[in-house]
Amino acid sequence: MSALTLKNVGMRYGDTVVLERLNLILDSGTFCAVVGASGAGKSTFLKLLLSELQPTEGSITLGGRPLPQEPGPERGVVYQRYSVFPHLTALENVCFGLERTEGSALFGRTWGAKRRALRTEARDLLEAVGLTAAADRFPGALSGGMQQRLALAQTLALKPELLLLDEPFGALDPGNKQAAHALLQALWAERGMTVVMVTHDLSEAFTLGTRVLVLDKVREDPHSPERFGASITYDLPVDRSAPPGAASLPPVS
Amino acid sequence: MRRLLNLQPRRPLRLALFLAPVAAMLVTYLAFSDARLAENPQDRLLPAFSTMGDTLLRMATEPDRRSGDLLFWLDTGVSLQRLALGVGLGALTALMLGVASGLIPLAGASLSPLLAIIAMVPPLAILPILLIAFGVGELAKVMLIAIGVAPFIARELEGRVRELPREQLIKAQTLGAGTWLTLWYVVLPQILPRLFDAVRLSLGAAWLFLIAAEAIASTEGLGYRIFLMRRYLAMDLILPYVAWMTGLAWFLDYALRVLNRRLFPWYGAEAGR
Repeated sequence: MSALTLKNVGMRYGDTVVLERLNLILDSGTFCAVVGASGAGKSTFLKLLLSELQPTEGSITLGGRPLPQEPGPERGVVYQRYSVFPHLTALENVCFGLERTEGSALFGRTWGAKRRALRTEARDLLEAVGLTAAADRFPGALSGGMQQRLALAQTLALKPELLLLDEPFGALDPGNKQAAHALLQALWAERGMTVVMVTHDLSEAFTLGTRVLVLDKVREDPHSPERFGASITYDLPVDRSAPPGAASLPPVS
Repeated sequence: MRRLLNLQPRRPLRLALFLAPVAAMLVTYLAFSDARLAENPQDRLLPAFSTMGDTLLRMATEPDRRSGDLLFWLDTGVSLQRLALGVGLGALTALMLGVASGLIPLAGASLSPLLAIIAMVPPLAILPILLIAFGVGELAKVMLIAIGVAPFIARELEGRVRELPREQLIKAQTLGAGTWLTLWYVVLPQILPRLFDAVRLSLGAAWLFLIAAEAIASTEGLGYRIFLMRRYLAMDLILPYVAWMTGLAWFLDYALRVLNRRLFPWYGAEAGR
């Protein structure tokens, strides 16, 4: 089953073409890592998937339906920064999505037994990311790695069809990064989510991804670099059963 | 010898450096006051501290012969009430306008330029209009303070709302919040401590408007009293009143700061995000 489909998607701002002719069929449960040089349109790609931007050409479908025009709970996102709300404790951050979606449109919160059930669910999620002890602390008092784990828990609470990650571990030191990788991989394996992760870290892409996409310009006009946008130049399935370093595959046309 | 910009005063020196100019001012005042009083014991311009103390004590403890009120406390109460009502009304209006303008582009398109223009109107210049529209009662004075501080606070908050990371607004939507719930659960709680800060910064202006309004149309209040006493050159009352108002202003500022820290413990600790 295909979770995410891009058909001939392009994005241009005025005369500047950022992305062009993106074609992609992503199977459900794929961990897709997107790499590319700075300015290759990685962020734009993610914004398209979030509906923060609308593609100027082509179409995107999610689970067979056209992608909604606005961000919604069917997609979750973890950014490199500003992913959690600074004014809410860790527990409240995880409850945020549950309360907003379970509550009425007017109050956006729950009371009584339902509220207690949501809190229990949120505590379980905090435990899954190893933040039980930090439940009542504000993000400002958490380390960078803890904040990103919290952001994961917050996003996973709503079980999104598609999890989008924008350089989620880019600001972490190597030790924390490795721990976060292990956690993310475990959560992904357990839940079988479809993930699209944008990163500039090649080793991260190949460590986590089951499929690695490379965004780059296919055509280049030295006199007007804005004329052509980036496209998917490499599409590499990563074989998890093979020993590391075995992935060497020809480019797709 | 270390460079001047690297020299840090230690605690006793720091205290001495703070106290020295204060002491110098007091001594200067005393010297001039004593000199004038030695020449003319009836001199009113630079009264002795004891005279000021006596006057203040009389105002605070002896009922006024005509009205029977303790004038010092009456003035203080009335002025603080006007200040609180005016700043409260202004802050509340500003909060609604600022948040709407900052968060909702459609509202901002009309509010943003409008606020920019209104903020340029000198509030004291519309005092006559307020007096005509609302009479010489309490309402005109409260409105002057409210109108005086609201545009500043509204523009400040508008900017603060726009400074909220775009990521947070997207994130809120992916977590099931629409416009209203984002406003209520993401924007408002993060803007409230900034509102406190903005109110703190606008208190100076609020005092100015309060005293101006009281000087022009009032029958009691701290500002009214000092302008009334000016006619009698009653420096023995004016100077302690000014000191009292300074103290009140300082205390309000301090109280708001403490309140902000208590109510919003996360505020100011966001740097590590």
